[in-house]
Amino acid sequence: MGIDRREFLKVAGLSALFGLGGRAAMDILAPGELEASAEIPPLKKGKQWAMVVDALKMDEAVMDKCIEACHHEHNVPDLGTPKEEIKWIWKEDYEHTFPDQENPYIAEEFEHKTFLLMCNHCTHPPCVRVCPTKATWQREDGIVMMDQHRCIGCRFCMAACPFGARSFNWGDPRRVLRVAELKELNRGFPWNHNYPTRSKGVVEKCTFCPERLAKGMLPACVEAANKVKKGSMIFGDLADPESEVREVLRKRYSIRRKPELGTEPKLFFAI
Amino acid sequence: MYDGWKIIVGLIVCLAFFTFPFFYDAGKAAKAPEPVLTPKAKEAKECVAPGAYMKRYHMQLLEDWRNTAVRGGERYYDTGNPTWHLRVMDKIADATASAGERLYKSVERKVYYKSLQVTCMDCHSNKSKFCDQCHNYMGIAPYCWECHIEPEEKK
Repeated sequence: MGIDRREFLKVAGLSALFGLGGRAAMDILAPGELEASAEIPPLKKGKQWAMVVDALKMDEAVMDKCIEACHHEHNVPDLGTPKEEIKWIWKEDYEHTFPDQENPYIAEEFEHKTFLLMCNHCTHPPCVRVCPTKATWQREDGIVMMDQHRCIGCRFCMAACPFGARSFNWGDPRRVLRVAELKELNRGFPWNHNYPTRSKGVVEKCTFCPERLAKGMLPACVEAANKVKKGSMIFGDLADPESEVREVLRKRYSIRRKPELGTEPKLFFAI
Repeated sequence: MYDGWKIIVGLIVCLAFFTFPFFYDAGKAAKAPEPVLTPKAKEAKECVAPGAYMKRYHMQLLEDWRNTAVRGGERYYDTGNPTWHLRVMDKIADATASAGERLYKSVERKVYYKSLQVTCMDCHSNKSKFCDQCHNYMGIAPYCWECHIEPEEKK
């Protein structure tokens, strides 16, 4: 025999109570946890890594050296198609680097200039706010770091990043060892046997080389750039007024990408 | 019971059929493989912790290394300051913790760069004989090598 009306109303009432309870319980037990975390870690004392690209000294040949140095250091393969492109550091024209600075009468020197771009390691990184697993987070020294072990490949961070600094692995990057056409493009892959590759389904980006910083070395791109042209890239501590980056920023006029968004990039272009 | 003998015979046949794999393999259990040490590992004598301890807890150590190195930014491990051991002992159940305490003895004080790919595999460059053998025997497939590059082995 089924339940009677009285029984049914009791159950329905109870389940309605719990149904409502789902959202309400979250608000009571863990307030704020349902929203993407909007809290930005406070700036700690100590180092704040930043980079200055001297746009006047930098030329395409140096940029190519930087890109090669970075992508070989971190085993970033060339997958042949822009649709699946993985990039940590790349070249872009003025119009797309500084879309907010577009004006039809801009100095010709800059109109046709190419800029070297990478992750801006923003002071207020939107990618960190949206990451559901904290696979990307901001270190105390300002580096916006990636933990590939924790990335679930949801690509929220890619949608959040206004600079296109993040790439998704649509397939296993090691397929460049198996597919004939890709083999040609990536001779010697993996170039650095002391650094891992990535796996299918994770997002990757520039990390300011914390594994090199830990050993007292400069990021791979900075090292490569200064080998070819001294002073074309400067890396250092933004919190230290005596540091080389601060010195350059004091003396030269510098611009950043999309400042109106308030993410406060730590990648500066001295012009 | 109608047709009782048919049912009983049927049951016996079924039982024999389904338990056949157990009888077939009975007494033929594969021996657990011993990890093979490379000459370099043998020469070093000591790992980052005592061997018996590493056999049992290397996965906890590796997890701790990856968390503290990647997330904490502490990329060097000092054997004289085995905080990870205390963290591990905190996490695991009491029964095995006592075994862990028994197995843990301090090793020669040394600082290691925390890296599976660079430090561990430098000594243990024979992944197939050192890692895979046991992992295959236990039927586990850690996903370390999807990203971390394994050393090339001479065939």
